[in-house]
Amino acid sequence: MTVLLTADELVDARGLSCPMPIVKTATLVRTLASGKVIEVLATDPGSVKDFEAWSRSTGNELIESTQEGSVYRFLIRKI
Amino acid sequence: MTTALLERPITPTAQPQPAVEPEAKAATKQFVIINWSGDLDKVWPVLILSSTAAASGLAVKVFITYWGLLPFVKEDRRIVGHNWMQKMLALMQRPGIGHVKLTKMNFFGMGPWMMGKLAKQNNVASPRELLEAALALGVEFVPCQMTMDMFGLTRDDMIEGLGEPAGAATAIEMMTNAQSSLFI
Repeated sequence: MTVLLTADELVDARGLSCPMPIVKTATLVRTLASGKVIEVLATDPGSVKDFEAWSRSTGNELIESTQEGSVYRFLIRKI
Repeated sequence: MTTALLERPITPTAQPQPAVEPEAKAATKQFVIINWSGDLDKVWPVLILSSTAAASGLAVKVFITYWGLLPFVKEDRRIVGHNWMQKMLALMQRPGIGHVKLTKMNFFGMGPWMMGKLAKQNNVASPRELLEAALALGVEFVPCQMTMDMFGLTRDDMIEGLGEPAGAATAIEMMTNAQSSLFI
C-alpha cells in the first residue's frame, strides 16, 4: 500500500550551492513541531549525500530522496 | 583504586535542564574551530563548516584570534586601534567581512573580486551570508582578548552577536571538550 505523503513545508533551495540547502532546511526545521514533513528541492548534486549525512547527524528522518531531471527532491520528517 | 573514586566530587543532579530539543542527542557533540586567519579563502571554509555543523545539531564554537579577528570587526570601521602602529596595521589589512583578501593570487584585490564573481555565478553563499546564517544557527564566536588588545580593538569595534572575549585557557578547554577541533 502506498501512502501519499503531503509535506507541511517547502524549502526551495534550487540554484543554491553547498551548504545553503542544508542551512536553509535546518533553520526551518528548528521552528517546526516534531512529526512535521518538509519537502526540499535542490539542484546541487552534492546535496544527495549531504542530506543523508545531515539526517544521520540530527536524527531527522529522510523519508525520500528522488531526482527529476536536474532537481533533487527530499522528504524529511522532523523527529 | 577505590579511594580515587570516593574523592571525586559529587556532581549536582538538580541543575536546570534546557528544554528538550529533538536535536538534543546530536547537540551534545561539540565542534570547535580556531579561526586564526583573516584571509578570504580561510574564513570562507570556517563559516561554511561552522554553519553546517550548527545546522547538523552540533554545539559549535569558533575562537577568533589574530588576523582572524579582523573579519569580525564592524564594516564601517576603517582605522582601528589607539596608536600609530595599530592604525597602520588596520590600514594595511582593512577590517570587516567584506574586505577579506586571498592568501594567494590577491593581485591588489583582483583575485577576491574574481572569486566573488565566480561564487555569485555559481550561487555560492558569500562570507557575509554565511556569517549571518552561522549567528542565526547559534554558532558562538569567541574573540581572543589578548589579540584584541594588541590590535587596539574594543568590544564596540566588533560586530554584534559575538561571545565574551576570552584567552588561551578557554580555547584549550573548548578544544579538549570538543569531539573535533580545527585550526584554520
